[in-house]
Amino acid sequence: MAAHRCGLSLVCILIFSSLAHPSSCDTLEKANDNTAEKRSISEVNTDGSVAGEALNERQWQSTDAEVDRSDSTTHSEALTPAAARDEFQEELVIRPLHSGDIYASFQFRTLWDTDFLQEGQKVSHYRLFPKSLGQVLSKFSVRELHISFTQGFWRTMQWGQPFIPSPPGAELWVWFHDTVSDVDGNWKELTNVLSGIFCASLNFIDLTNTVQPSASFKPLGLGNATDHRFLRYATLPREIVCTENLTPWKKLLPCGSKAGLAVLMKSEKLFHSSFHSQAVHIRPICQDEQCSSKAWELRQTLNVVFDLHTSGQGKKEWSLFKMFSRTLTEACPLASSSKVYVDITDNPEGELFELSPATPLLGQAVVLGDRRTYSVYDLSRAETFGQLRSFNLLLRWKGDSGDMLRPLLHAERYVAGFGLQTGEIHTVIYNNHPYRAFPVLLMDSVPWYLQLYIHTLTVTSKSRDNKPSYIHYQPAKDRHRPHLLEMLIQLPPHSMTEVTVQFERALLKWTEYTPDPNHGFYVGSSVVSALVPSMVAMRTNFTQDQPLFSSFVPVKEESSYFVRVYTEPLLVNLPTPDFSMPYNVICLTCTVVAVGYGSFYNLLTRTFQVDEPSPPLSKRLANLIRRMRGVPLLT
Amino acid sequence: MAAPLTLLLIVAVTIRAVLFRSSWAELISERVEVVSPLNAWKRVVEGLALLDLGVSPYSGDVFHEVSLSLIHFLFKSILGSDGITAVALYLSIQTYNKNVFRKQKYALESDRYPADCLELLRSPKEMFYIPLKVAMFYLLNPFTILSCVAKSTCGLNNAIIALFILCTLKGSALLSGILLALATYQSIYPLTLFAPALLFFLQRLYIPVNLRRSSFWFFTLQYAFIYVGSLVVITGLSFFLLGSWDFIPSVYGFIFSVPDLTPNIGLFWYFFAEMFEHFRLFFICVFQINVFFYTIPLSIKLKEHPVFLIFMQIAIISIFKSYPTVGDVALYMAFLPAWSHLYRFLRNIFLVSCVLLACSALFPVLWHLWIYAGSANSNFYYAITLLFNFGQILLVSDYFYAYLRREHHLTHGLYLKKKDGTEATLVLK
Repeated sequence: MAAHRCGLSLVCILIFSSLAHPSSCDTLEKANDNTAEKRSISEVNTDGSVAGEALNERQWQSTDAEVDRSDSTTHSEALTPAAARDEFQEELVIRPLHSGDIYASFQFRTLWDTDFLQEGQKVSHYRLFPKSLGQVLSKFSVRELHISFTQGFWRTMQWGQPFIPSPPGAELWVWFHDTVSDVDGNWKELTNVLSGIFCASLNFIDLTNTVQPSASFKPLGLGNATDHRFLRYATLPREIVCTENLTPWKKLLPCGSKAGLAVLMKSEKLFHSSFHSQAVHIRPICQDEQCSSKAWELRQTLNVVFDLHTSGQGKKEWSLFKMFSRTLTEACPLASSSKVYVDITDNPEGELFELSPATPLLGQAVVLGDRRTYSVYDLSRAETFGQLRSFNLLLRWKGDSGDMLRPLLHAERYVAGFGLQTGEIHTVIYNNHPYRAFPVLLMDSVPWYLQLYIHTLTVTSKSRDNKPSYIHYQPAKDRHRPHLLEMLIQLPPHSMTEVTVQFERALLKWTEYTPDPNHGFYVGSSVVSALVPSMVAMRTNFTQDQPLFSSFVPVKEESSYFVRVYTEPLLVNLPTPDFSMPYNVICLTCTVVAVGYGSFYNLLTRTFQVDEPSPPLSKRLANLIRRMRGVPLLT
Repeated sequence: MAAPLTLLLIVAVTIRAVLFRSSWAELISERVEVVSPLNAWKRVVEGLALLDLGVSPYSGDVFHEVSLSLIHFLFKSILGSDGITAVALYLSIQTYNKNVFRKQKYALESDRYPADCLELLRSPKEMFYIPLKVAMFYLLNPFTILSCVAKSTCGLNNAIIALFILCTLKGSALLSGILLALATYQSIYPLTLFAPALLFFLQRLYIPVNLRRSSFWFFTLQYAFIYVGSLVVITGLSFFLLGSWDFIPSVYGFIFSVPDLTPNIGLFWYFFAEMFEHFRLFFICVFQINVFFYTIPLSIKLKEHPVFLIFMQIAIISIFKSYPTVGDVALYMAFLPAWSHLYRFLRNIFLVSCVLLACSALFPVLWHLWIYAGSANSNFYYAITLLFNFGQILLVSDYFYAYLRREHHLTHGLYLKKKDGTEATLVLK
């Protein structure tokens, strides 16, 4: 025990000293050096040719060169010390959107080949992986955990598909290990613990808003579990995301917000945006193509859409400083790779915008069924920061951007009807593919106080009835569980499919209303999951050098890619009782019941008698005196 | 008498058919006064749709009807059930009137009535049209028509209760027990009709209600056995048809614990929407016991008059039950012509009828103001339900008072005198 503690403190000292004096510490840097070394080898060649030829000529750096990868695996196996089998990568993707907004997506990935779920073995030595999450994983036997906090709504029609979609509010879905016997109990505890970790109201997740989707949420990591008894899914559409959620999220990063890309996350700028979404995804994945060893992946993502168009006084230009009021000065020293990507697909010849500083590195990635070209800035190289030791990316628009390709899949939702008695939920799903039909899975989780009538469900495409080939419906139980409706719908090419279902609004107990009941009640987004036919061949093979944003969802086949689309959450008004009346109502109703009881009691217990009026008071007094005197009484 | 009844039936069917075809039908079937979560046709259709999807209809909280398979077969007969109810009521009241007349004749012959109550006695002439009036009151009552057009399964409950009354009055203990079990199985509250039926049979067989007599116990146990036996058989049958006991909590639990607070014409919804959480269980118990509570004292007081006791019980159920609809009100209101001879003793019939009429008109108005226009709130609708129930209570207690008073006069004479010979007033003491 003493030796163990000694070792632990030694490691702590090593970590601290490595943070304080990076040059003097050799054990930690070794891993980084290895990867950096091999990267620089591959890039020196291209750089050399850049120097030899014209300055502006672009060189293509293959992001998944076969040779490099086989090199790197053998290198890392040979050189990485056995103790440090974890690595950390960070990247920032910036995509100028056609609407004039800027989409910035941070991705941080920590990989660790340990096993939290192994029996009898307690993982106690943490290096890059946050201990708070690791303990949660092992305590609750979590196989996969996905949590997202989103402020604002992602406008698919204007912005295209996000790299990792998320619904407004908080979303949490967890696959538990199949050895868990009391899944509901674990889920309850887990939500409470996560609520503490992320300073969010996840403790409001209970059985009334938890569902077990049968098909929509498959594990994204290793293993193809199909038993949805171990899956729990819940959303809190009303959750408001703010600084207090961002701070704990940043603390999970190995470098915190002290170094690396996380320096840019200044909350007053991040939350002054059209869309903000932060997420944590934990899953087991394969470490290499053969899947010989398993690793836990912690992926922290933060997506922001800045509306610089309106705040920039009509000037369409942005820079890192303008967006985040910070510039980059260094990569996170613990990161094995730290890169900034800027999407320049629409700007192949530099006629639309101009990037400065220019980069000689270009990358290509196939993401969401589209081949995109990126300018790559590698922060682990000193020359990225230039003379000023600070990296401020600047983009100046030259012309107007063209039309955006409409996203192939798109969905929206609204409530129809008037009054507070009934209503109808309309979900409209668009397939914008010109000639391919494809199936989508639609999942709806509706709270119990909106009583759905499944016999009123209609699905119409091109004004014709489109019968879903699979329906999984679980009706709600009052105050116990929500409705769950899952359908597999075939979307005809270039069509609009409308799904409608009627509901009835319930009157709740007065204590069940939210503090502002006339604001209405939120109903979480519907989830549309689909394998959308891809325009270009997707990469199904496993490559380690893929940019992080393109490698989140595993690709099973080349011809299609997985997309999840969240619709708007609904705001539904319910009839309300008068909240100031409980005493009055109790009194009045009890009075009426008492009137009933009293009148029956009266008739039941009394009998009819002839009314003999009592003699007047004077006569009674006189009789009293007469009785005392012994004189006959008056009649 | 068959011809006017047939004519009445034709008129009633025509009215319903016309309303069915009109655009009003859908509007009516959504009205909270007409349908409750227990008997809405929409929910029956939903239950069938759930069965089609392979989901147990009781797994959710939408379907609370017991006899799904029964309704499946009988779903056309909901429309016919009004006719059955009316005919059953007609025949029951006819039988009852014959009994009453026979008893009255014996009493007259044995000279039991005081001389001045001859004007209280009932003549065959005025009794002749009463069965027809009862049928008319049921068939042409707007409440029944609305309930029928909304396809509320309340019509089926009413038909079973009417058939039960008919079988009881005709003296068939077996059929009466089976039908009572069926009615209980459907909505639990008709349980309280066991007492009047038993009293009627005892009276009919000249068995005195005496706890020390073995003949009393023999018949009581016999009738209870028929009742409980058929209840067990019916429940067991539905278990075998559905394959699970899910329907017990979903139907009876739903009736007793009142989880659905959708507004209706009863007293429960707003009371329990506004109830403090820690008193909820207590008040649910109080309100449910209240429905059953009156059975024993009423049976003691009215043990000589079981048919009036049936009327009282049905009225109390429909006022105090957890999910009342206008269909329930219509059933006991159909009996009112049978007590037309009590009219002279009713104290505030004018006020009560005005209240009931005004409330019926105000229900849709205030509902619209609250739910659609948003210019009123829930208190408006609640006030009307309070007043409506208050009116019903007044009506029923008034009839009870009048009945007791008439009985008192029949034994003590109509024109009572005080000791000093002046005209006396009767009071309850």
